[in-house]
Amino acid sequence: MSPYLTSLFAIVMREALRFIHQRERFIAALVRPLVWLLVFAAGFRAALGLSIIPPYQTYITYETYIVPGLCGMIMLFNGMQSSLSLVYDREMGSMKLLLTSPLPRWWLLFCKLVGSTVISILQVYAFLAIAAAFGIPLPLAGYIAVLPALVVAGVMLGALGLVLSSFIKQLENFAGVMNFVIFPMFFLSSALYPLWKMAESSELLYSICAINPFTHAVELIRFALYLEFNGTALIWTLLAAIAFTALALWGYTPSRNGPGKKG
Amino acid sequence: MTGLSVSNLSYSYGAKQALKDVSFDVPSGQFCALLGPNGAGKSTLFGLLTRLLTSTHGKISVTGHDMVRKPRLALAELGIVFQQTTLDLDLSVRQNLTYFAALHGISGKDATRRIDAALDKLSMLDRAGEKARALNGGHRRRTEIARALIHDPSVLLLDEPTVGLDAAARAAITRHVHELCDDGTTVLWATHLTDEVYPDDHLVILHRAQVLASGRCADICNETPLQEKFLSMTATPA
Repeated sequence: MSPYLTSLFAIVMREALRFIHQRERFIAALVRPLVWLLVFAAGFRAALGLSIIPPYQTYITYETYIVPGLCGMIMLFNGMQSSLSLVYDREMGSMKLLLTSPLPRWWLLFCKLVGSTVISILQVYAFLAIAAAFGIPLPLAGYIAVLPALVVAGVMLGALGLVLSSFIKQLENFAGVMNFVIFPMFFLSSALYPLWKMAESSELLYSICAINPFTHAVELIRFALYLEFNGTALIWTLLAAIAFTALALWGYTPSRNGPGKKG
Repeated sequence: MTGLSVSNLSYSYGAKQALKDVSFDVPSGQFCALLGPNGAGKSTLFGLLTRLLTSTHGKISVTGHDMVRKPRLALAELGIVFQQTTLDLDLSVRQNLTYFAALHGISGKDATRRIDAALDKLSMLDRAGEKARALNGGHRRRTEIARALIHDPSVLLLDEPTVGLDAAARAAITRHVHELCDDGTTVLWATHLTDEVYPDDHLVILHRAQVLASGRCADICNETPLQEKFLSMTATPA
């Protein structure tokens, strides 16, 4: 096997092993969206009227509407969890092991990104299976069609995690990330409410939602689940993925002294 | 042939100069002790030697490979043991070593053979299946040294590897690493403990970001005990 594939396999397996060892993380990753789906959605369905908007062909329940958003939420939180693991690795020293490998640094970061994306896709499928068990209807082929969308969204959010990990120096700073990155990204998106609803409340908020890459990741997933293709969402998500990856590569260059600084 | 060569290396953290015009050579197959009090610049030097940091002032070459122009060739020749333990405590000794081998592109039977040989060299083969968390400090260190040898590096860098170990474990690890030089491995061993340096070792004394002395330990000491010599040379605070 080529050194590149050997390292890719090892890094992905290590991420997977770490995920399996942290059973609480898996349970939390599943419980969080389920609480939204079963509790929040039940309370909100009465308050929020939904009109027929693409890709839906008919009236849908609120639970059905938020499933793609919750898939996005799983990936968003997983990206942050990976970022947290990277900061932890740096504090514990094991990041040095990775960064002193003779393989190119961009490749090692790419391997980390693949590992994080694989883990988040597995979590999304576990969630979709439970949602199906609770009677949320989705086209059967949608479960397959959504896979490429999940890959693109997972890479984009994983790359965002890498960027954050290269700039965050201490674990303690993660509370700030939750407040200033995760919550705004999640709430200023189409995950919980359609954007036309947001436009009725505030044009400014609507504009922010419309440029939020997380909105486009959620729409990409939503359309794919219903076997439709959303080109705009794909382009926005891809552009964000490229921008975040470039920023992460810059953040991890040795001359910036970022990840190796505490050595 | 030179195993490791550092010339005119400088590095600053903002206004604070951590290394100033540092130069020394370690001949191939030689044990070199990098001796310096806390804050002398040893860890910064290690950061630069392992490319976790980079400097535009000065040059580092590992078995002739320039760290700036050919970083991957230079890193491939390095075995590194960091001051802080870098084992994944939830994995077994063998899993830790297999992961590291993969980061160097080594897998399958070749990896197994190399891992067995490295563990055997450090008398750790019978503990290969144990979780790293279950090992004591001395055995964790041995595991890390074995791990650093898997890819047959020409140069082994160890940053204060005996920190936190008891006297017996410290002496055993120091002896083990000295013996590695018999196979032709070049060793750079950073420490602030003079009893880890043997009279025939190459010695570099670093103090306040500068090299105070570089040469054979016995020649530098000139009959004076190393501890005494070191304290007199580094009497000004770092």
